[in-house]
Amino acid sequence: MRLALDILTIVAVSLGAIFFLAGTVGLLRFPDTLTRLHALTKADNLGLGLVVLGLLPQVSGPLSALALLAVWLLALLSGSTVGQLLAGKAAVPDPDRAPTLTPGAGASHD
Amino acid sequence: MTNALIVDAALALLVLGLALWVIATRAAYRAVVGFVAYGLLMAIIWVRLAAVDVAMTEAALGTGLTGLLLLGAAARLAPYETAEFDRRPGRGLRVLIGLLCAAVTLGLAAVVLLLPAPAPSLASLVADNLPPTGVGNPVTGVLLAHRAIDTLLESVVLLPALIGVWSVAANPAWGGRPGSLPRPPASSALTLLAQVLPPFGILVGIHLVWNGADDPGGKFQGATVLAAMWILVLIAGLREAPALRERRLRVLLVVGALVFIGIGASGIWLAGAFLAYPEGYAKPLILAIEAVLTLSIAATLGLLLAGPPAGDRPIGTTS
Repeated sequence: MRLALDILTIVAVSLGAIFFLAGTVGLLRFPDTLTRLHALTKADNLGLGLVVLGLLPQVSGPLSALALLAVWLLALLSGSTVGQLLAGKAAVPDPDRAPTLTPGAGASHD
Repeated sequence: MTNALIVDAALALLVLGLALWVIATRAAYRAVVGFVAYGLLMAIIWVRLAAVDVAMTEAALGTGLTGLLLLGAAARLAPYETAEFDRRPGRGLRVLIGLLCAAVTLGLAAVVLLLPAPAPSLASLVADNLPPTGVGNPVTGVLLAHRAIDTLLESVVLLPALIGVWSVAANPAWGGRPGSLPRPPASSALTLLAQVLPPFGILVGIHLVWNGADDPGGKFQGATVLAAMWILVLIAGLREAPALRERRLRVLLVVGALVFIGIGASGIWLAGAFLAYPEGYAKPLILAIEAVLTLSIAATLGLLLAGPPAGDRPIGTTS
């Protein structure tokens, strides 16, 4: 049983790491803000989810497991909201606002 | 063991590289983004050094709050940035600045490397004297019992900082609502986040303060989380920032330091020294100070981010 749980941990965390790697490559290589956001949020949602799933069998008690799940859920919430906000900025250029206030300004130079 | 060494070495190299990049990069915005990443990596390094309290402070204050302040400053300075490049100091002065900074770095490195083999430490002294304070977290014990004067000054120094921010207001705006927060056009995603997250955030903030007695955490970290929730609600436009002339707000800002000073002063009669706690009452007094200070610090940090007053006109009505 212990061995099976350890294997689950190794597989899930490795998969999560792969998602993070792919997300990072996408963030660096994709052509525009929207596709880069897609890559980033995939890494956040699935990558972190898989890492948390993999760590669940290793925790000492149910409270730590809940804490891990809460971390994932909060990251999901903030990640998807920030993704929405950045995507809204990227899709509709707003002439009223100073361009420097755009959170995605640094990413849209190239 | 070797795995941990590889991770640590990679972290150290990343931090060094990021630090160099922050200095070398030319646009302020990029430097700030680099600084935020640098701070988060520093927090991980503090965790690796088993200094979880420092890591939390670094992540919450050193990175989150300072990063936001710097982002705001970078956005406001951006129009003047190209003009600044034309007026930058000559090569000689820049080399001199670089040399002096390098000398400071080398000096610090030398101090660390030349420490005697068992580094001088007060840790055992703190551990021996922790039980009378009633708290289990040695960091909190040092901050609120053994070195309470430092903590008092730390929390008071926030007020001059806030007054400094307020003092750049235009005369007619004085006492009005702060106007520096960005107000993005209303979007359902932001509204949802500002409605769903604060209950969790407030719980986490209180938990950090309460936990600080026995585990890593404390009033500064907790107050930062509380301030972040307040700022989120303000940015989403669910509430208007308070006018700075409001008396209740100003009382809230100073009540923490006043209670701290009051309890500290009563220690002169009750326990024989300023900031000393009477026998047996250390724990409840420390908790009381932490609770009130948390509110004051959270309000101060939030108002620091909210910026100088910009008049009474409700902000964000243009969009």
